[in-house]
Amino acid sequence: MSIEEKNRGKVRVVNNRYKFEGNFHYASANSPMINENGKLVGVTNPRDMTYVHTYGGEAVFFESLSQGKLVASRCDNDDCRSKGSIFMPFRIHCPDCLARATQVDITDIAKKTGKIYSFMICERSGAFNTLLKPIKFINIEFEGVVTILMGYLSVGTPVMGMRVVPIFNTKKPTYTILDLSWVPEGTKKKDLPKNFTFG
Amino acid sequence: MITFSDKQLKVPKMSKPVYMVTGGCSKFDRSMPDKRTEEICIDAFTEASQFLGMKPRELKDYIHTCYYGHFADHFGDQLLGEAVIHDRLGLDPLGNIGVKTGGATGGSTIWEAYKTVASGYSDCTLAMGWERMDEVPTDEGNHLISCAADKDWETPLGHIYTGYYAVMAQKYWQVYGKEEASFRRTMAEIAVKNHNYALMNPHAHGGMRITVEDVLNSPIVAYPLRALDACLMSVGAACAILCDEKTAYKLTDTPLKIDVTAGSHTLRVACRRDMEIPLLPNETKETYREIDKRFPGGERYPGFTGFLAARMAAYYAYNMTGIHDPTEDLDLVELHDAFTISDIQTYEDIGIRPYGEGRTYVESGDCYHTNPKTGEPGKLPANLSGGLLGNMHAVGATGIMQVVEVGQHLWNRWGEMHGDEEKWKRFGREKPKDWKNLQVKGAKRGLAISHAGVGSHVTCTILQHPDHVLERRCD
Repeated sequence: MSIEEKNRGKVRVVNNRYKFEGNFHYASANSPMINENGKLVGVTNPRDMTYVHTYGGEAVFFESLSQGKLVASRCDNDDCRSKGSIFMPFRIHCPDCLARATQVDITDIAKKTGKIYSFMICERSGAFNTLLKPIKFINIEFEGVVTILMGYLSVGTPVMGMRVVPIFNTKKPTYTILDLSWVPEGTKKKDLPKNFTFG
Repeated sequence: MITFSDKQLKVPKMSKPVYMVTGGCSKFDRSMPDKRTEEICIDAFTEASQFLGMKPRELKDYIHTCYYGHFADHFGDQLLGEAVIHDRLGLDPLGNIGVKTGGATGGSTIWEAYKTVASGYSDCTLAMGWERMDEVPTDEGNHLISCAADKDWETPLGHIYTGYYAVMAQKYWQVYGKEEASFRRTMAEIAVKNHNYALMNPHAHGGMRITVEDVLNSPIVAYPLRALDACLMSVGAACAILCDEKTAYKLTDTPLKIDVTAGSHTLRVACRRDMEIPLLPNETKETYREIDKRFPGGERYPGFTGFLAARMAAYYAYNMTGIHDPTEDLDLVELHDAFTISDIQTYEDIGIRPYGEGRTYVESGDCYHTNPKTGEPGKLPANLSGGLLGNMHAVGATGIMQVVEVGQHLWNRWGEMHGDEEKWKRFGREKPKDWKNLQVKGAKRGLAISHAGVGSHVTCTILQHPDHVLERRCD
């Protein structure tokens, strides 16, 4: 690990305040852009910086992935026309009445009813991608859930209607959505990607 | 199940009519290292003033408020780029504001400029949009675009927007396209048509003489989408000037009545919930009886097969302007053909064809300037500018370019604006020897759809010649 990497910024939160430690940006010299006639056109502007981002009320979802659990949200407001609706992606508030939603563990529902609604095999990626290509994007329907979660398939080839089960990066979590992936029902433990388990 | 209240379905009624008097576009290209953004904006504004036979200074004297559409600040590393352009256009100290709604930024910019005139706040507004995506390498550009998705739930998945979008294309392809080779060829026909029309447009940078086979043999981006199914990434600017009636007739004898509406839907496609299909004036419940039996897998609406935002924008626009059937009441359209398949989806969302039957708009020849099957004029030509596939997609400018293009047909000046030898030369492009004037003869009304990414924002703009304004449907 380079000295720069060792000193790369980290953040603790104390009394609901960010405490910054280390370097959050690294300066580099710019360079001129010259055209074929030797004339100046412009300059490059190198930039290396680190953003800080809170999950707020969604933190429980991302933390639960590291524990092998899929946490959704449900509206339990008697006055809401969406009462009883379960949302996955997780929502902090019900989109209809805006009441604070109830957290519900749907790991078992996902394991028993997860089904591919649509998919796309993507040959390209953007800068900073860490997934293997081609990326197999899938959207998953669950019984009793009103929305259609997006994720990625780690084993096999997606087909509409295919039964899939969730797997979790519980061994070395990144605490991002990448900690949740999917494999076809019946996939063996030995075939899971590194650091992933069935939860 | 999502439901709407009557108040939410209220058809907008403006306080006063609004007119477009002129518009202009810069050259569009993949990159423009020789120009700062302000230069391309001034090019567009100069074209708009010259269209009225005025000097830029004279037109500026009419403007009271300015709206600037510029989507991707982070591409140019310049926050408040709108204020920079406003200053360089010499329009201080007028009120101005930036507008950002992803791919619909241009349409939304016009929407804001329109409401400002309709409310009486201003007699004349400027809607100016631009984009430049040429100042980072392509993979970083892909990352930056993916930041328009949900940063926690989607962006980390490949940092590629195509992936979040294309699951919808896959669903449409399998459910409504039934994975048929004939449907795949129909998609390719759209790319051939729009790249070919772009050859007649000096502003365009994607003009190509290609065949269906060329499209089918182009590299796969995300099956079934191939490179030639996807739109351009561009640099450029476009602008339009909107006025109240009195000001409009001072500036021109034929101001075009303009109405703009908007709809939205979830930024995360994953969050789409089921609902009944909202009906347009040319549809009834019978139109969609047993649609799930005709198209197995299409049980959900909008599911991933339709764009609710486009449907809602059309619902408001048609009822507001008196359009019953777009194919009968309109003379041309400019649609957001980001991908060939999304173009087909839009035909259905805006009622050119019912859901599931969009392909027939292409296969009938109705969408062409000249119907290749009959040799007669197409019933409702689409994207004669070349669209996003062949002309440009300089995001903040796109929705404005579409409206300007439609306007030039209604003014019967399309040939003049696209055939001018001097313009071809100025843009460093060779006018084709077989250049053809794509003017739609006798065009009275047109429509433009401006659309963001997965359908989070969509605007619908209707332009009508002042002698052919329809009666509003609802009060």
